[in-house]
Amino acid sequence: MTGTHHPTPPHGPLPLPTTGARILLLTGATLTIASTFLAWTWTTRFPGNLTVTGYPGGLQTITLAGAALTLLHALAGHGIRGLRWLTPAGPTAPTLLTALGTFAATWYTLAAIALDLGGLANLEPGGYIAAAASLLTLAAALALPPDRPYDDHNGTRPPTPWRLLRHSFTAGHTPPAKPLPTWAETLIIAAAFALGLFLFSYGIDTEYGELFVGYLILTGLTLAALGRSGLTTRLSNLTAKHRNTTLTAAFVAAACFPLTQTNDAYTNLATSILIFATVALGLNVVVGLAGLLDLGYVAFLGVGAYAAALVSGSPESAIGVHFPFWAAILTGIAASLVFGVLIGAPTLRLRGDYLAIVTLGFGEIFRITMLNLNGKTGPDITNGAMGIPNIPELNILGFDFGKTHDILGTPIGRFGNYYLLMLLATIVVVLVFRRATESRIGRAWIAIREDETAATAMGINAFRLKLLAFALGAALAGLAGTIQAHVITTATPDQYQFAGTVPPNSAFLLAAVILGGMGTITGPIVGAALLYLIPSKMDFMQDYQLLLFGLALILLMRFRPEGLVADRRKQLEFHEDTAPTGNVPLTKAEA
Amino acid sequence: MTTTATAGPLLTATGVTMRFGGLTAVRTVDLTVGPHEIVGLIGPNGAGKTTFFNCLTGLYTPTEGTVTYQGTTLPPKPHLVTQAGIARTFQNIRLFPNMTVLENVLVGRHTRTKEGLFSALLRGPAFRRAERASEERAMELLAFTDLTPKRDHLARNLPYGEQRKLEIARALASDPGLLLLDEPTAGMNPQETRTTETLVRAIRDRGTAVLVIEHDMRFIFNLCDRVAVLVQGEKLVEGTPETVQADERVIAAYLGTPFEGAPGQEEIAEVEAAETAAENHHDAEGDHR
Ligand SMILES: Nc1ncnc2c1ncn2[C@@H]1O[C@H](COP(=O)(O)OP(=O)(O)OP(=O)(O)O)[C@@H](O)[C@H]1O
Ligand SMILES: [Mg+2]
Repeated sequence: MTGTHHPTPPHGPLPLPTTGARILLLTGATLTIASTFLAWTWTTRFPGNLTVTGYPGGLQTITLAGAALTLLHALAGHGIRGLRWLTPAGPTAPTLLTALGTFAATWYTLAAIALDLGGLANLEPGGYIAAAASLLTLAAALALPPDRPYDDHNGTRPPTPWRLLRHSFTAGHTPPAKPLPTWAETLIIAAAFALGLFLFSYGIDTEYGELFVGYLILTGLTLAALGRSGLTTRLSNLTAKHRNTTLTAAFVAAACFPLTQTNDAYTNLATSILIFATVALGLNVVVGLAGLLDLGYVAFLGVGAYAAALVSGSPESAIGVHFPFWAAILTGIAASLVFGVLIGAPTLRLRGDYLAIVTLGFGEIFRITMLNLNGKTGPDITNGAMGIPNIPELNILGFDFGKTHDILGTPIGRFGNYYLLMLLATIVVVLVFRRATESRIGRAWIAIREDETAATAMGINAFRLKLLAFALGAALAGLAGTIQAHVITTATPDQYQFAGTVPPNSAFLLAAVILGGMGTITGPIVGAALLYLIPSKMDFMQDYQLLLFGLALILLMRFRPEGLVADRRKQLEFHEDTAPTGNVPLTKAEA
Repeated sequence: MTTTATAGPLLTATGVTMRFGGLTAVRTVDLTVGPHEIVGLIGPNGAGKTTFFNCLTGLYTPTEGTVTYQGTTLPPKPHLVTQAGIARTFQNIRLFPNMTVLENVLVGRHTRTKEGLFSALLRGPAFRRAERASEERAMELLAFTDLTPKRDHLARNLPYGEQRKLEIARALASDPGLLLLDEPTAGMNPQETRTTETLVRAIRDRGTAVLVIEHDMRFIFNLCDRVAVLVQGEKLVEGTPETVQADERVIAAYLGTPFEGAPGQEEIAEVEAAETAAENHHDAEGDHR
């Protein structure tokens, strides 16, 4: 409307000729790789041994991986034949993001060395080379021509450096993939999950906080790069096409996890993550599908755990019975279901806010009641704060979960056994979630979430369906609770709080769902994994954990309100301007 | 007039009154709709037309009066009213914005299907058959409303006119005997309005009676077998389009009553001139789109 038309600059925010930028980029990335073979510091007091010249160690491997990825994307940008599949939507944004990841991980490492050991004097020349080379790579990537020409909106948005910078990160258009034979597509899906398994086990197995932070920086930005390069789109098209293959591959990969572990402590961590993720998925039925805000959801996990503990045959249980496992599971599910209906029936007729308050209250009342049923302040049922300890190991058809068994020549310890059992429960919950979503009931839930008045005018009995969602959510949490009680062998009240520094608590569960992506299957699983791993790996910032957590949540809600894994609906809802176009048909691809 | 006396009326509202505190939005309104009838409900802004619809569909519980459908009294619960066979659209479109066009219509099938959670979880052959049947029916309705190519689009991304049509398709999915339309052409250009006219006739020809609120007089008088006029919550006149059109009280009500007594010929001419002018303006606007 106003102003003149601005010619689109053929470069990013840094004005360099493209050829120069490319040469600089290749040089920078190669130099960065080389620098990881040098010593970065002189003492092994910094964890991971970065003192060796000759091969990379510890955090240097993160820099090495990042620089190698940058190099690959840069070469794909050169049009090297075998690499073009890497960047169907254009090479600049992914190159820039991997370069940024490498830069951030490298500089974080160097800063951590300086801080840990007290001063820059502790850096060896190799460290300085790494710093300079990764900075050079990033600068060169900032000069690459963007994947999509800059649109100045008829001169109303002249290309300022800041706008060009933001524009450099936007993805180009992903052309549809050539169809491959089914076996090849299956292979790609399998490879993707194998890679996922590798990344997940690497993250769990990181031995010290610094390495975990470096890992988190690089994987986060690399995943963003994959999103921009169009590979994520292509992969999600494939997984949408072969849904059962995908589900099978996902669970085969997950089941292989204990085989990759030599340390039972890490398998224990993975089991806790799995429990947390499964409960988050159950909450997703309530929050993500039916749109009901449940602030006391962890109490249903507690009900399941206590019910299972009481009938587990624990010598401390007030009821001296020992149910077989299947009966214990049914008891746990039934108990949670009953509580779900009892809480839901009077409140779900009211407006949403009341439900939030009542569930919050119920969560706390449950915990306090469990504390008080100790024989002094009430009847002796739960042993109060001591909880119900010594829950005996499960024994299903002669398979003792407490013992180590050999599977495929690999010893699977106690936690491995429980991990696999929990995985079965997760499969059940995933299937329940998926099948419920794609049915008359699931559509009615979503309709209620979208517009309750219109939904009732379509003949939906909103109260009954909300109660159904609430009860189903409670039952799924109860299922997870029965297994959780056996894994940790005790049921104590303090595990089931509204908020705390350790997951699972109601606040973290809700955060896992919202941060991960409401209404999806992968979202809450990813969210739960992150929310569990971050506090347990980064114990060095114990005091700031909740503060950082809050900060991260605010930033995420500001810049990616649909969560890490976007339901396609949500993506269109929040980013109409940048979404491909409003007229792209929605395929049943989400989750 | 196509009212069939033999079958008796489909819908009978008797003495419906709705008070909000001191305000009486609807005052002892009686209305019937017979099978295969298209009945119009007109009246100035704020006359209580939408409120009356809400009383019929159970969104509001009328302060007084009853509503019967095919001889049974309707409980004031929207989902039971829909179950009984009355479907509706909303004046301010209320689609499920983040569901696809097809899913919106499928939600409309809710009352006519009964697969529960367990059959959804077990996915037996009966479940698959029911899902397929629902989808077929929904696709048929999308074809009926010319929305087939849009089946996988999010409802929120449809243009206005198509959103109104989708709302009608969704309402029809519950196989209603009576369809209530609240200003179905609001915001449409003349061409879309004409399409809607044809659509409403086609709906009647499929055997669904229609009760329609509308401000577009040409639309109402072209389409309706009978028209009722609501003014300040009370039913002023009811009759054939010709009777209502000629009724002086109606014209006075639309203009307010600046004159003592009935308006004279001059004023009527004035009104008509103003209306034509407004319509010409409207047409011109439509051409721009
Ligand atoms: N929920 C409510 N609470 C209080 N007053 C209401 C409510 N709903 C409607 N009213 C009032 O009732 C009167 C009738 O409103 P209604 O929406 O039924 O008019 P209408 O005939 O549909 O008008 P329009 O042609 O503008 O749609 C108005 O004065 C309105 O303010
Ligand atoms: Mg109205």
